[in-house]
Amino acid sequence: MAMLEVEGLHTYYGHIHALKDVSVNVEEGEIVTIIGANGAGKSTMLKTTSGLLKPRKGSIRLNGEDLTQLRAHKIVEKGVVQVPEGRRIFGTLTVMENLDMGAFISKDTQKNKENLDRVLQLFPRLKERSKQVAGTLSGGEQQMLAMGRALMTEPKMLLLDEPSMGLAPVLVDDIFDTIRQLHDAGTTILLVEQNARIALQVASRGYVLQSGSVVLSDTAENLEKNEMVREAYLGE
Amino acid sequence: MFQRIRERISPTDVVMWLIGGGLLFLVVWGSIATLIKGTYTARHWIDFIIFGLAQGSVYALIATGYTMVYGVLRMINFAHGEVFMSGPYTAYFVAAWFYRTGWLDTNPISCLAAIFLVSMSVSVTIAFFLERIAYRPLRGAPRLIPLITAIGASFFLQYLFRGLYGSSFQAYPDIAMLEGHWVIWGIRILKFQAVVIVAAIVLMFALYSFVMKSRIGKAIRSVSEDKEASALMGIDVDKMISMTFVVGGAAAGAAGVLYAIMFKQVHFFMGFIPGIKAFTAAVLGGIGNIPGAMLGGIFLGLVESVGPSLFLDGLGIVAPYQLKDAIAFTMLVMVLIFRPTGILGERLAVKKA
Repeated sequence: MAMLEVEGLHTYYGHIHALKDVSVNVEEGEIVTIIGANGAGKSTMLKTTSGLLKPRKGSIRLNGEDLTQLRAHKIVEKGVVQVPEGRRIFGTLTVMENLDMGAFISKDTQKNKENLDRVLQLFPRLKERSKQVAGTLSGGEQQMLAMGRALMTEPKMLLLDEPSMGLAPVLVDDIFDTIRQLHDAGTTILLVEQNARIALQVASRGYVLQSGSVVLSDTAENLEKNEMVREAYLGE
Repeated sequence: MFQRIRERISPTDVVMWLIGGGLLFLVVWGSIATLIKGTYTARHWIDFIIFGLAQGSVYALIATGYTMVYGVLRMINFAHGEVFMSGPYTAYFVAAWFYRTGWLDTNPISCLAAIFLVSMSVSVTIAFFLERIAYRPLRGAPRLIPLITAIGASFFLQYLFRGLYGSSFQAYPDIAMLEGHWVIWGIRILKFQAVVIVAAIVLMFALYSFVMKSRIGKAIRSVSEDKEASALMGIDVDKMISMTFVVGGAAAGAAGVLYAIMFKQVHFFMGFIPGIKAFTAAVLGGIGNIPGAMLGGIFLGLVESVGPSLFLDGLGIVAPYQLKDAIAFTMLVMVLIFRPTGILGERLAVKKA
């Protein structure tokens, strides 16, 4: 049994059929990526998993437990935490307050302190800026904050939505180094990326989404070699 | 060159600036004329200022409710004036009972505490159910719809309380402890006004620290900024919206008692004007901004109290104090035209990533 089992998902945005029978599995400790063009349904897929959108059909299970009908904040309590597209940090709160909000569901102060230390070790920049209002951070720092905030509860599963968006290439490398570190520490990650090249480098498996349907799924290695993927997403 | 100026400045702008400039001229001219005329002595002005501060701090407390609800829901809760009315009106019966039994004179402090507690609990309850019943089902509806509902809820609550408690004015009992005056640094200050000002400042400080420092307060701020991201942090957004109404209701209930102490009477319609004034205060300060609402409230109270005599007396207007509401709402219109973001609106707003 896979850790996360998404089966036969159908999600609608009003009348738009955004996800058509999408099934994705993620094993414990894996990095799995979903690649695809703009508007293919990648973000919809993550938002449905994290409970921000409700599917019309299909199911989402974590270690066998059904999450489909749970509201977003309850899904967080089950250990699935999403880092949203565009970072969505709380711009008027300080960096430290943002991290506090990441630990909102946990009242165990000792544990929160340990998690805070771990996050600050992972992102030393956030420590320097802890008292600063988060809206004044640079794009890269905001991405670190968004990830740090999500890690404050030691999630079983991290959903990353376009972590490279809007970042300079150097910073993208930094963020993906961090993703590798998290993976080495045992975090399970479902990664949605438009930058298919870098996504396939860190992931072990991948799914290709095209206008709301999974058209291909394979190991990352095979996907990198696949003719269609190379042409459509790697620009070769 | 001339062409370009004409393109940039529309005739409406010119008219607006003329009206604004004209009003400003009247205010300055009126003030100078009043001061030359010298109808009022320094003592009068000090009394006006203290009354303005007391009145303004009550507005400020009510205004925090408007501004916090606007922050989380981007809607104006026009029934907030009724939340403000419900508390002290209910607590009136408790106060009257304390008065009849004589406890109000023997144990004024514990009686006042009980009156505050009753008033705040009633306002909190009304605010909580108002959100639950009237606003929550309309979450996600176009913005005009909750606004209309708010006005409907406002009428509903007014007539509900009229039905429950009757339509006559009820005189709040006098509290012997708050009669008379103190002399502080040579300034004579009425006891009840001093108590109102101090109590309001303490309450505002408590409310502000709650919003800034507590876990719930931070979560409320997160929700006002980004509901989806808050939900992704495990914050129950609906619960935080309820909490916002609860906190705003508590402030309104406390403000209601202070209002009753100042004006010594309650009535089912008493929430209407203070409610709209507090809304004006919230807009003055920059809606969505808590310190702004507090500042706006105190500023409005001062202008309303000092303004009529200062601006209008010198212009030869016979009963300037009757025009205090006109001054308050003129100010609202001017702020909406010339600085829609309010006094603190733009400066504190942080650009979102």
